[in-house]
This record gives sequence, structure tokens and C-alpha cells, in this order.
Amino acid sequence: MDAIFLQILNGLDKGSAYALIALGLTLIFGTLGVVNFAHGALFMIGAFCAVTLSRLLSLSFTTIDETRTDFLGNPMKVETPYAEWLFGPEFGAAIIDWTVPLSILFAIPVMLVVGLVMERGLIKHFYKRPHADQILVTFGLAIVLQEVIKYFYGANPIPTPAPELFRGSFDFGALLGFEANAVIYPIWRAVYFIFSLTVIAAVFGFLQFTTFGMVVRAGMADRETVGLLGIDIDKRFTIMFGIAAAVAGLAGVMYTPINPPNYHMGMDFLVLSFVVVVVGGMGSLPGAVLAGFLLGILESFASTAWAINLVPGINQIIIYLVAIVVLLTRPRGLMGRKGVMEE
Amino acid sequence: MTDQTQHTAAGPATTRARRKSQGVLGLRGRDITLMGIVLFLTLAAPFILNPFPATSGMAQFNAGYPDLMQRFVIFGIFAIGFNILFGLTGYLSFGHAAFLGVGSYSAVWMFKLLGYNIVPGLVLSVIVAGLFSLVIGYISLRRSGIYFSILTLAFAQMSFALAYSVLTPITNGETGLQVYTSDPQYLQSADAPSIPHLFGLEMRATETLRLGGWSFDLNFGYYVCAVVMVLAFYLAIRIFRSPFGMMLRAVKSNQQRMNYTGLNSRPYTLAAFVISGMYAGLAGGLMASMDPLAGAERMQWTASGEVVLMTILGGAGTLIGPVLGAGLIKYFENIFSKINDGVLHQWFAFMPDGIEDLLVGIVHPFVGKGWHLTLGLLFMLVVIFLPGGLVEGGQRIASVFRRDRKAGGAEARAAAKRNVE
Amino acid sequence: MGILEVKNVNKRFGGLQALGDVNLSVAENTCHAIIGPNGAGKSTLLNCLIGKLIPDTGSVMFDGQSVLGRKPHEINQMGISRVFQTPEIFGDLTVFENVMIPCFAKRDGAFRMHAIESVAAETDIVDQAESMLAEVNMLEKRDIVASSLSRGDKRRLEMAMCLSQTPKLLLLDEPTAGMARADTNNTIELLKQIKARRDITMCIIEHDMHVVFSLADRITVLAQGTPLVEDTPDKIKGHPKVREAYLGEAEV
Repeated sequence: MDAIFLQILNGLDKGSAYALIALGLTLIFGTLGVVNFAHGALFMIGAFCAVTLSRLLSLSFTTIDETRTDFLGNPMKVETPYAEWLFGPEFGAAIIDWTVPLSILFAIPVMLVVGLVMERGLIKHFYKRPHADQILVTFGLAIVLQEVIKYFYGANPIPTPAPELFRGSFDFGALLGFEANAVIYPIWRAVYFIFSLTVIAAVFGFLQFTTFGMVVRAGMADRETVGLLGIDIDKRFTIMFGIAAAVAGLAGVMYTPINPPNYHMGMDFLVLSFVVVVVGGMGSLPGAVLAGFLLGILESFASTAWAINLVPGINQIIIYLVAIVVLLTRPRGLMGRKGVMEE
Repeated sequence: MTDQTQHTAAGPATTRARRKSQGVLGLRGRDITLMGIVLFLTLAAPFILNPFPATSGMAQFNAGYPDLMQRFVIFGIFAIGFNILFGLTGYLSFGHAAFLGVGSYSAVWMFKLLGYNIVPGLVLSVIVAGLFSLVIGYISLRRSGIYFSILTLAFAQMSFALAYSVLTPITNGETGLQVYTSDPQYLQSADAPSIPHLFGLEMRATETLRLGGWSFDLNFGYYVCAVVMVLAFYLAIRIFRSPFGMMLRAVKSNQQRMNYTGLNSRPYTLAAFVISGMYAGLAGGLMASMDPLAGAERMQWTASGEVVLMTILGGAGTLIGPVLGAGLIKYFENIFSKINDGVLHQWFAFMPDGIEDLLVGIVHPFVGKGWHLTLGLLFMLVVIFLPGGLVEGGQRIASVFRRDRKAGGAEARAAAKRNVE
Repeated sequence: MGILEVKNVNKRFGGLQALGDVNLSVAENTCHAIIGPNGAGKSTLLNCLIGKLIPDTGSVMFDGQSVLGRKPHEINQMGISRVFQTPEIFGDLTVFENVMIPCFAKRDGAFRMHAIESVAAETDIVDQAESMLAEVNMLEKRDIVASSLSRGDKRRLEMAMCLSQTPKLLLLDEPTAGMARADTNNTIELLKQIKARRDITMCIIEHDMHVVFSLADRITVLAQGTPLVEDTPDKIKGHPKVREAYLGEAEV
């Protein structure tokens, strides 16, 4: 029982990332009808927002502390981050420690701008082109974005730690009445899961309860009619592209402590996220979220020794296998509408 | 493909005249010229690609060394095959590298079991890749559009993951498959070379020709690949001009009309898929024949993405485009990537120092290790502005010149067209 | 016994009865028109005939064989060709290629792997396609890419494609929809010529009464998914039930 529970928990953090990226992909596909192969790159840019902020915050100046000497007997040089100088030593140190969560505030405007520029500058011209062209041009864009990041940040993964408070693990099982130490779970992964639920809830709430969201939903169902009502649906869809980019970016920001970001992390996640979208059903937001968590958990179960003994290599292929079965037996996915993209 | 649009108003008389000229080897008109150009370029490549004297500063831009030339033609074959599927039917596969990888594994297994003669290896690589693509194509072609792309992607990623893990007994996992002295090699005779060869002639045998400051490498392996590519290209022309090729274009144009015209589009697309899979297998087999190694990374989806880039960059649906695209990308990867700041400073040395540094700074991100960035940008520009690839670009430039010459004729034709509409 | 026999065909979409007990018999070498107000089920009926839809109950027999459960290309190979409401042609191919494809389909069946011989070497197909284009007066446009044709020419091309298969039955779905008067008249002329020159059965769905009365030998009036009357054009014109149900609202 607790073993099963542990596997479910283990699947949640990857599942959360899948769900967030797939949610953004689906938002873009559902509103603009564009298949965005650069969405993984947005996830990656989000992660590098955190890296950037952490570099900015750790910029320091050097002072010479006459009262202390180093091992050569010279006066000691002390590096003081500007953040500590600005905000005082304690608060400054706390800010540096909390870089990753703080990056959320930094990433939202950055990602919105990136998304808007991308949509207005490039994607806009591809609405009427075939899906193959959309895939190709966004694929090209993904290459460009990842090379730009590589140029500035190098090819190696950059460790970006979580705040002190959230490092290490906690005994999750004990909280739920399992035996002590049966279900140990890293704290940050729990944070990531809760965070992603919050973002998902925020996106759904936004679509459900605001007028803006209502118009967008109406536009997703029938773009032309909404257009005929005199509503500038294109503008709203553009904003949704920005929001989708922000969602992917936030997923990337918070993922950095789990996996040190590198320039090709976007491509690694992209393929799987597309599979998630297809399994969930092209254009279905709840489908994307459900499939994201489901596949994350499934992947975690397939990685157990038991599953690998049963079917060798299953952990490597489970997601693709599910995708193939779903596509062949139920092409509209778990929750998709019939006829979307079936051409 | 544009030649179809150009001669308007050709009556039955011209058809009959055209029909009489049977052409060379079943090719007609422009195709003969095209075939001739490809034949000339591949045979003369060791000379054409080494335009700079070996001692000059520009020698690093010479691409005429055997290793790279082999890659040019091998990826040319891969792209020609991919184009038969994507260019003609419009089905975008993101999993073709799997067939290339399977071809490589098959060839290396033949080296291990039978011996280093490349013929059995090549034959098996084509057969195995054909069977493999038959299975994957049969399943994937049940869906079209993006679903087809995702299915092929999923299959290829699965093959890649399995080759790395479970299939280690066949693929030798991360190390990659290679030939060991303990392998049986049942048909390997004592006097045959213990590296890949064609009936005794070693693939790596190279004759270096020195003429003045120039030096040209005539490599036997390259010429084997070149001959195979010329044959592959010839076959592609025949397929493009055949009723089968026309049907494939019909699939891309309007599948519904095709079905209501009594044609079953499924076997046509499947046949195209298998043919392109066999081309990929052949490329993989040749790759292993040049260097008897096969690794799983050849199957990864980014490798499939590469052949997509090649085909589209050169011009999907055109005959010569994919070959050009393959050459361009491989040139970028191997030559362009070697331009470092030192070279840039040399180039801009004639400028005042400040401007020199500025220019080097501007160009720097796009060359050397940044070649992928240039490639990505180039690819985007092509998709946005030149859906027909570099070939379309060339044709546009050519038509600008032609318009000057034939301005009168073009006007008359335009007028005729207006009357029609 | 007609060449096409539709018996007791029913088709429901959810709660909507699109076709209710449709019986229809089309005699060989006649032109049979199906008319009816919007939503009468004309297009649904046509889609049942070509395999796009499968009726819930009933039978559709063509030339003594059932068409139900067969794929579109199989039904076409039995001898049924269809002209669509918006012309369905191969837009990226030339006019000549558009006509050659059905010729190949007629000669070689649903699939043939003829990948080596050049198209131009297939002299019988080339001749066939040329004479077909000559018949519809499009020979001079043979090398134009089909998508750049005018709408009238696209329609003409689509008919040429269907006719080049020498089908036993030609289904026409509103062949003049959205056409200017002159184009409509041209289409009528074309269809009349075809009828006169060939042994062909036609089944036409049409809104334009001018077209219907110029061409049809028999007319079935469909209303709310059920045939109301079937008779000759003259009788239909005067039929009180038809006037009441349909003609009152249309131009005659």
C-alpha cells in the first residue's frame, strides 16, 4: 500500500511538469489552432529566468576587511552581494536563499513579453498555413531559442538550489498514518506539486469566472461567431498565448531545483508533452492536465523493479506505448472532442 | 515540378512529339540534364570541394576530405528517400532516423557474422529497414496530419530507448555495436582485408593527387557511396515521373477526391513510406560500411529532425533539393563550425581595430560553435519566405533573369491567361 | 428493376430522423433528379450511396450488388462517380494530370505499383485523357495548375474526371450551386451533351428548378427525409402536393 502510494507521489512531480506544459500547448492549440513545437523552449526559458535572477542576486562587490587576515597574513577580501548591501545582511541573504520562488515574480512579465512577441512576430503569420508548416517554423524557432540560451549560459547544467527551508525530505507517510520512514518524499517536490495545482486552478478559474475567460472559451468553441459579435477575439487569443508562455515558464522556474537546467531541457520535455497532449485529447484543457498526471504516475510505476522485471525496458517506453495505443483506438484522446485535427 | 506550369497551351501535337523522344534511360528533357549535373557533381566532388590550395589560409574551408564527402552523399540518400514520402505525399514523419539506425545495426551484424564485404551488409540493411518501416508505416498511416507525426515520433523514440536498454544483446547498448576479433565472420577469407571492403577493395583506400599547391583525395569508399547515391537519385526521378509518383502527389493534394476516384490511398502512402524507409536503411548501411560502428544515438528524434531540416531547406518535393539541403547542413556542421575568432579577425583585419572587434563580436555568435543558431535562423527564413526551399529561391532568381530576356513572350502568356479566367 | 435500388433506408443523427424509409429506383440511362427543401435529407441520401455514411437500416443495391459497408474507392470501382457541391479536384496538379488519374484508376484498379514507367509513356492513358479534355473543351488549358482555374472550369474539370472513368452512374450534388446564370446554362448544355452521347445514368440533386426541368427524366421530391412523390417532370410541375410542400417557395 505505502509502496503504491510512494510511486504515485514519485510520479507527481514529473506529472506536474507534463501537465503544465501540456496545458500551455493546449491553450495555444485550442485558441489559435497552432501546433507549437517551441513550447518546450518556453519551459526552458522559464528555467533560465531563475538562473538569471540567481546570477543577478549573487553579483557582489569586494571590500577589504582590515580586521581579519587570510592565511597569507594579508588583509582579507570579502565578497558582499549587492543584495545584502542593499537590503541589509539578513534580509539580503534571505532574498538570495529564496531566489527560485522569487523568480516567479521575475518570470511572469518576462514570459508574457516573450510570448506576446513570439505570437505577434511569428506565429501570427502561420494561422492559415498548414499544420506541417507551423510545426516546422516553431521547430526552427525552438532550435534558435535554445542556441541563444546556450550562447549566453553555456552547455552545462546549472545547479539552482531550492531555499534552505525546502531542501531535504520529509516523512510524508507518517503524516498519513503509515509506518515511520515508509514514504519519504523530498520537500521541494511536494512544493512543486502544490504549486502546479495552484497554477492549473488559476488558469481554469481565470477561464471560468472572468468575462475575459468566458469570451476566450466561447472563441475556442466557435471563433467566427464570437468575431461576428464584434469582439476582438484575436487580441484576446494573443494574450492567451502570453499566458500559455507564462505557464510554461513558471513550470520551468520551479523545476530548476529538481533538475539543473540546461539548454536542451526544452526539447527533452517537448516530445513527451506532445504525447501528453495527444493522449489527453487535442484541444481539451482538462484532458491535458489529467493525461499529464496520469502519464507521470504511470511512468513512475513502470520504473519500479517489479515492472521492469515483468517487462524489461518498460520504464523507457511506457509513455510512447500508451500514446500509440490511445491514438490507434481513440484518436480523439481521453477527453478530446471528435473531429479535432483528424483532417 | 515547375516545368509542368510553364508550357501552357501545348496542344496534342506537341504531346505526340514529346512522346516520340524516348530520351536516355527512360528520362526526358530536363531530367536528363539534372541527372547529368548530379552525376558530374558527385564524380568530381573531390576536386570541386577542394578549391583552395592545401597550404593556403582558406584550406580549412575545403570540404573534400573523404570522411565528409561520404557523409554528404550518405545523407543525400537519406534525404532523397525522405522526400519521396514527405515531398510527394505530405506526410511528415519525425521518426525516420529509426530506419537509418536499423540499417546500421543490420550492416554491422553482417560484418560480424559473415565478414567485411559490404554487399551482404547493404542488402540486409535495406531489407530489414524495409520490413521495419512496413510495420511502423502500417500502424502510423492509420492516422494523418499531426497524429501521424506523433506516432512516428513515438515509434522512433521507443526504438531508440529499447536499443539503449533492453535490446543490448543485439545493439550492444551505450557502447554501440562493433566488430570484435572473436566474431565468427564465416565468409571472411584469410587474405581479405579486415576492414570493410568491396570484393577486396578497401573502403578507406585513398589515392592522394597533388597538383601544384592543391591536393585531392580520391577515396574508394566515397566513390562507392557516390555510385549508390547516383543510382538512388536516378530511381527517385523515375518514381517522381511515374504514375505511382503522380498518385502520391494526388494524396497530398486531395485525398478525398482520390478515394472517390476509385483509388485506395492507403497502399500508396504505405508504399511511399516503405520506399523511404529502405532509402534510410541503405544510408544507415553505408554509414556502417564506411565506419563499422552502429550506435543508438543515430535513432534519436533529433536525428529524424535533421533529415526534415535537410529536405525542407533544400526544397521538399523537388528532386535536387534534398541533396542540396543534406550537403549544406553537413557543410555547416563540419566546416562552418570551425570558424573561430582567430579566423574572423583575419577576415576583418583590413578594418580599423575598433570596427574589427565589433564585427567579430557580431559575427561570433553565428559561427563556430554557434552554427546551429545560423542553421535554425536559415531554416525559419526558408519556411517563412521560401516554402519551396533553396531550389525555389534559385528558380525565383533565375526567372528574374529570364523575364528580362523573354519579356515579350511572358506578356503574351499572361494575356492569354487573363482571357482564360 | 433499376440500376440503382434504394430500399427502406433509414438514417438517424441522434434525435434527428434524417432519412425515413426512403425507397428509390433509378432506371438505367435516365436522369433522375432528387429535389426537396433544405434539410430534406438529399445530401444524406447521396452520402449513403457513395459510402461516406452507412444507413441504419435498409439496402442500397447498385447493378445487382449491395454498396453498403464498402469503402468509397470500392464503390467507385463498381461504377459510381460523384460530382461534389464544391468541385473536388487535385488543386496542386495540372488539368491534364487531374484527368489522367481517373483514367489510371479505371484501367489499373484501386492500387497498382507502377513506379518505374514514366507517365508520358502510358500512351493509351494519355490519348484517353486528351480526348476527354477535348470533349469538355479544356484541351488548351491542359498544363495549367488546377487550383488556378475559374470555378466554372473547375466544375467542368471535375465532370471530365468523373466521365473519364465511364461510370455507369454519375451522382451530381448541386452541380450549379453558386454559379452565375451563364455558367449554369453552360453546365446544363454540357450535361445534355453527355446524356446524348453516352450510355449513362445520372442522379442529380439540385435546388435550381431550371436545371432540374431541363435535364431530368424523372423527379423524386424528398421532404423531411421521406419521398413525397415520384413522377415525370410535367406531372411534378402540376402536382398539388408538391406545389404545396415545395414549389410554392421556389422559382419555377
